[in-house]
Amino acid sequence: MTAIPWLSILMGVSVLGALGVSFLKNDKVAKQATLGVSLLVLVLAVVMTVGFSPNGDRFQYAETYDWIPSFGVHYAVAVDGVALVLILLSAILVPIVVLASWHDAEQGKRSVRTYFALLLVLEAMMIGVFAATDVFLFYVFFEAMLIPMYFMIGSYGGAQRSYAAVKFLLYSLFGGLLMLVAVIALYNVADKNSFLFPELIGAVTDPTTQKWLFLGFFIAFAIKAPLWPVHTWLPDAAAQAPAGAAVLLVGVLDKVGTFGMLRFCLELFPDAAKWATPVVIALSVIGIVYGAIVAIGQTDIKRLIAYTSISHFGFITMGVFAMTTTAASGATLYMVNHGFSTGVLFLVAGFLIYRRGSQFIADYGGVQKVAPLLAGAFLIAGLSGLSLPGLSTFVSEFMVLLGTFERYAVPAIIGTTGVILAAIYILWMYQRTMNGPTAESVAEMKDLNGRERWVVAPLIALIVVLGFFPKPLLDVINPAVKESLVNVKVTDPAPVVAVKEGQ
Amino acid sequence: MITAPTIEYFALAPLLIIFGAAIIGVLVEAFAPRYLRRAVHVPLTLLSLVGAFALVILQTIRGVPTTPAAMGSVAVDGPTLFIWGTILVLSFVSILLINDEEQFVPSAASVPGSAEEEKAITEGAAHTEVYPLALFAIGGMLLFPASNDLLIMFVALEVMSLPLYLLCGLARRRRLLSQEASVKYFLLGAFSSAFFLYGTALLYGFAGTVDLVGISRALAAAGGTETLLLVGTAMLGVGLLFKIGAAPFQAWKPDVYQGAPTPITALMASGTLVAAFGAVLRVFWVALGNDSWNWQPIMWGVAALTMVVGSILAITQTDIKRMLAYSSIAHAGFLLVGVMAVGEKGQNALALSGLLFYLVTYGITTVGAFAVVTLVRDPGGEAWHLSRWAGLGKRSPKLAGLFAFFLLAFAGIPLTSGFFGKYAVFRSAVAVGQGWLTGLVVLAVVASAAAAFFYVRVIVLMFFSDPSADGPTVVTPSWATSTVVGFSAFATVALGVFPQPVLDLAEKAAKSLFVQ
Repeated sequence: MTAIPWLSILMGVSVLGALGVSFLKNDKVAKQATLGVSLLVLVLAVVMTVGFSPNGDRFQYAETYDWIPSFGVHYAVAVDGVALVLILLSAILVPIVVLASWHDAEQGKRSVRTYFALLLVLEAMMIGVFAATDVFLFYVFFEAMLIPMYFMIGSYGGAQRSYAAVKFLLYSLFGGLLMLVAVIALYNVADKNSFLFPELIGAVTDPTTQKWLFLGFFIAFAIKAPLWPVHTWLPDAAAQAPAGAAVLLVGVLDKVGTFGMLRFCLELFPDAAKWATPVVIALSVIGIVYGAIVAIGQTDIKRLIAYTSISHFGFITMGVFAMTTTAASGATLYMVNHGFSTGVLFLVAGFLIYRRGSQFIADYGGVQKVAPLLAGAFLIAGLSGLSLPGLSTFVSEFMVLLGTFERYAVPAIIGTTGVILAAIYILWMYQRTMNGPTAESVAEMKDLNGRERWVVAPLIALIVVLGFFPKPLLDVINPAVKESLVNVKVTDPAPVVAVKEGQ
Repeated sequence: MITAPTIEYFALAPLLIIFGAAIIGVLVEAFAPRYLRRAVHVPLTLLSLVGAFALVILQTIRGVPTTPAAMGSVAVDGPTLFIWGTILVLSFVSILLINDEEQFVPSAASVPGSAEEEKAITEGAAHTEVYPLALFAIGGMLLFPASNDLLIMFVALEVMSLPLYLLCGLARRRRLLSQEASVKYFLLGAFSSAFFLYGTALLYGFAGTVDLVGISRALAAAGGTETLLLVGTAMLGVGLLFKIGAAPFQAWKPDVYQGAPTPITALMASGTLVAAFGAVLRVFWVALGNDSWNWQPIMWGVAALTMVVGSILAITQTDIKRMLAYSSIAHAGFLLVGVMAVGEKGQNALALSGLLFYLVTYGITTVGAFAVVTLVRDPGGEAWHLSRWAGLGKRSPKLAGLFAFFLLAFAGIPLTSGFFGKYAVFRSAVAVGQGWLTGLVVLAVVASAAAAFFYVRVIVLMFFSDPSADGPTVVTPSWATSTVVGFSAFATVALGVFPQPVLDLAEKAAKSLFVQ
């Protein structure tokens, strides 16, 4: 089992697929090939997941080769539970996005096969960034994955696409470059001649140095996540990106930020992370409430969804920095669930927008009567966005709030208001677009066709199943999170009310 | 009785070949009939470059000399050989670009637009002097970083610069701009040479020798507070920093890069920059290394200013070549960060290898970028205005894709050579472990982010804007130009994915440091 380099195969298949697709002459064949490749990657990822033993070593499927010995850089990949579920998330979302974007690239008369090749390149990089156990390799993927996304937004997006693409790239690049300085300094301070993550844990002991390096990493991740107040690029990028790209952007790329906080900020710089916790929690709470309130006021469906995500990312960062097992596991689970729930929300919104040709809520009304399936999918997606019990996001949001409450009661209570506000922005959007008298402009709207049903059905099924039975995911996540928190040297606070034996 | 000086001919052979070929080139100009000249020049020039390169390789294999050659005046050491190899490769590809006959004026002496010029065009006249001139310039570039005493360095500076002043004025299109560039470059260059010479004289006054090692010894004996030393260092610094285009001596660069024929710009932006950095390193590390606490603060300011000026002014440019010139200024600033990263022997080797690697990556990418610029043309010559590049990504996706790739390499995106170049230099600066230098690295990455903006702006123009109806045509590249673009793109990818072999070479070259 150990002999098979699963992670390299996953990336290799995607990259080769991208190369192959870019050489195909026929657009239709290119799309089918992309779908085929992404499904193959999904199957491989599932097989890999099945072979993962949650209670075995923390890092499994490890491969380590020297890449640039002069710099101490390795091609080192491996997964722990957290990385594994995020890779699985990416592998599930990509084929769905391919299917959903079937006609997206054709509108602008731009090269269709380039779009799908970029998707596959992005998939390889998404797998790489979560799998990298060499800090430098992580950085390389972290920066390089901006480029395909940049071209997807800039070439295939909406009217303001080039503004949004440049804003996205520059924000991320700025954060990334600050991180680069921290990466270099980490290498020098640790003095191990290696960028391997396991060797760097605990290597930085001086508190002041830790704080500086923490800041370098944290700013990059905060921009990526995005955390209030460096979130402003996200609504633009998500609103202008084609729906499929927006799913990957918000669903996966942004998770790199929160994943990085959990993996790198906390484990490499535990003391600095504790030092920064009050500020980060405060920013997260502001993000939760601010994102939700601003979402209520949006007139553009995609921008609205983007702002809901800012609110949700507030929950995730709060969960990560609460540093309790429940909160951190909840945050990780949230990363996955949010990927599915926002994914389906963006995709259904994309179908809606594709039909009507407008992103504005005011242009819709009473869609439910003409396109009941579309409306139904939108409702379920929306309800999972507001964390309705029984849907997957509820579990994770509840765990985050519970885990945070153990240590920081007041922020958890304020954060809970985000749940209420979520009901307002989702239901009000649903009401304005789907209920009421059917607007003339949507009277002819067709319901979901076969392809679109295939896009929506798996995601909704996942949301419902994971809502009732999140155990398989948590079984994988929990041990990894526990080991992370051991490296941070925190223990869960004891319950205030002692548990009595025998009750 | 005077003993004859010993000359290590083998060590100096690459120089001698280039200068010899240049002199033969002059003879060809004098005696060969006009129709034959180009046919002789091109193989002669290329072969001499290949020969010199082969000799550099041979010397590297046979072992790097540990003492300076030619009675201590020319130092052929590890770094020199690496720089020579780099300059020769860059010159070879630049000569391939120069070979494209469209670039040069048929009769430089005639007034632009005059009847004489018409006549020269109809007669098919051509300035084949370009080849020997370029060879002299290349010879100067080789000698400049290898000179081990200030007088030889001055001679090399002039041998390198004078042909370039002339070559700058030979552009076929936009003749007035080209002539203006030539005059500006000449006047400012003459000033900077004067500074350099005055600095040399003052340092001679301080140390009693122009030998770099001698100056270093005098420094050790005298301490670093002598007025002659300080003023001399400053003047020498002005002369050298002018050549690399560091702020506040950068004003010539955009004008000259814009006016010069694009292949010459490519040669200057790659070869001259490499040579000038070699010389900067030799002067500041070998001669003035013991005085680093005196020049580092000034250099800090210069580096910071250069990065900021380069990155910010580039944003306002509308001419593609001017933009690349400001980009070159910004890169000079990044390189200066490495010049300051001195310390122990191991630290010096680290910084030196980083700088050498950066110079290779930057030089190759630059030549590639300028080669692409020569291909995008309007009826009146190259499509210089940025707005003309709009929508190029739709019209010729491959060329635009390559150019975008070069720009991303300039911006230092991972998986391009530019990233590892920057990384290598910044790493050596952080390794010094001094707050002021780490602070400068932070400033450098912020400047990189600002610089990324204008690179990305061009990509936006090419790919995300719609082409205008009468957009520029992309000419079918000649085999030479395709070779250049292909080579640059390949090297930019290869060094971005698998930089280890070249890093090894740079490390080996840097390990012995400059001979003392």
